[in-house]
Amino acid sequence: MTALVLIEAENGRIRQGSRSAIAAASRFGDVDALLLGKAGTEAASKLPGIRKVLHVPALDHALAEPAAALLASLAESYSHILSAASSTGKNILPRLAGLLDAQPISDVVAIKDDATFVRPIYAGNALATVQSSDSIKIMTVRSSSFDPVEEEGGSAPIDVLDAPADDGKSGFVKLEQSQSDRPELEVARVVISGGKGLKDASNFHTLLEPVADKLGAAIGASRAAVDSGFAPNEMQVGQTGKVVAPELYIATGLSGAIQHLAGMKDSRVIVAINIDPEAPIFKVADYGMIGDLFELLPALEKAL
Amino acid sequence: MKVLVPVKRVVDYNIKPRVAADGSGVETQGVKMSMNPFDEIALEEALRLREKGQADEVVAVTIGAQVAQDVLRTAMAMGADRAILIQTDAEVEPRAVSSLLKAVVEKEQPGLVSMGKQAIDDDMNATGQMLAARLGWPQGTFASKVEIADGRVEVAREVDGGTETVSLSLPAVITADLRLNEPRYASLPNIMKARKKPLETIEAGSLGVDLTPHLEIVSVAEPPERKAGVIVETVEELVEKLKTEAKVI
Repeated sequence: MTALVLIEAENGRIRQGSRSAIAAASRFGDVDALLLGKAGTEAASKLPGIRKVLHVPALDHALAEPAAALLASLAESYSHILSAASSTGKNILPRLAGLLDAQPISDVVAIKDDATFVRPIYAGNALATVQSSDSIKIMTVRSSSFDPVEEEGGSAPIDVLDAPADDGKSGFVKLEQSQSDRPELEVARVVISGGKGLKDASNFHTLLEPVADKLGAAIGASRAAVDSGFAPNEMQVGQTGKVVAPELYIATGLSGAIQHLAGMKDSRVIVAINIDPEAPIFKVADYGMIGDLFELLPALEKAL
Repeated sequence: MKVLVPVKRVVDYNIKPRVAADGSGVETQGVKMSMNPFDEIALEEALRLREKGQADEVVAVTIGAQVAQDVLRTAMAMGADRAILIQTDAEVEPRAVSSLLKAVVEKEQPGLVSMGKQAIDDDMNATGQMLAARLGWPQGTFASKVEIADGRVEVAREVDGGTETVSLSLPAVITADLRLNEPRYASLPNIMKARKKPLETIEAGSLGVDLTPHLEIVSVAEPPERKAGVIVETVEELVEKLKTEAKVI
């Protein structure tokens, strides 16, 4: 059996989620990697455990329509087609499944055998074990559940492929990237996140950033904080945002709604700082502090 | 232009789901059900397009048992002009749902399908993409802004590193993200009026779609519980415990 993994590059490196997907795919047999766009060729060929890299430089923005069409044309040679459960993977792979009349399997957290997988449902409140009868299994995998392969060590050959003909139905207009010098949320070893209790956007900077700086942490936010305009959307952790599982997750000023817990409850150690002793976040926290975060966060920064 | 809005009846988002004792699924008997929150957003966007004069009819559609009519009444109370129930007692996965929706699209010929990015029960995030594929239409997933002009729709999409904007020819499928809009509440007079709006029922079996699941649920289990934590009194104690006990800093 042979698996194909759709991989993504960022700043000349292969994203951690893609390297986790490669690790997951290696359970099925040989692994080929598919890279769309001009960037990341060198990094892709260095990935260990890859048979070859299929490279389509012309598909620079990974639009779903040509990308799914291309994958469909390659699909017959593969038993499994995977990607990270990233926004790119979630956009493209179900479209591929639609083209092949297969049922995609989203957010796989464990692989039991070639056809049996575990995935969370109901915002992570239940784990479903599912068995696929499709001849080609199409799935996105949750990065935090599979240890990524290393970035270097291999030297896979590169096959350059042409893009399918453009039908003009979809076009890229622009990408507005959010600027951040901090580690990416999904790969950070430590995450500190804020909720509505932070009260405004400036407190995200003045209270969370100094602590994050000391810990080398990424900064996250609850949906309530995002909706209130305290933090940009891509910082949202939860069922509808990012799913993280860092070594240490520090939740400040957020109650711990079901939808937030879905995005962080697999963190190794959880710390909660909240003024409300009844807040549900304390039910999942390994260490809790009850008190005013406006006093506790500066004190924490000093103590670190 | 007509806008078709698929909606799903799911366990209300405020309810903590319980896994059935026999591991067959999640308890839904006697549990409060509601319209999937993302579908409310997709419907709101369709209603706004109608209010701007860019759409002339909004049609809500759902797939499920007779009881699923309630979410269609809610959709009409919010402002949908009429509704369609594709009736089946079978559990349908996104693959079958997208096939059934394709049949409805071919009958209704909408210029746009506006739907939620994922249902909060199966958390699949697949039906919109699959429908677009089956129709050969372009897709604008995870939409946070939708603008229609000159036969195309420009969609700002929430992606991992920020916001990406794409331009799609119509007809197209868009899937709504949380930030697209704030859905309206149905007023009491509108709830009354919705009772009189037309609701058509179509037997799923009459659409010639194979509903057999390709993904069989073997079992459903509770996730492992985290063990109870401790409350610390001072930040010094917290830092000490993180260093020596948890060894994470």
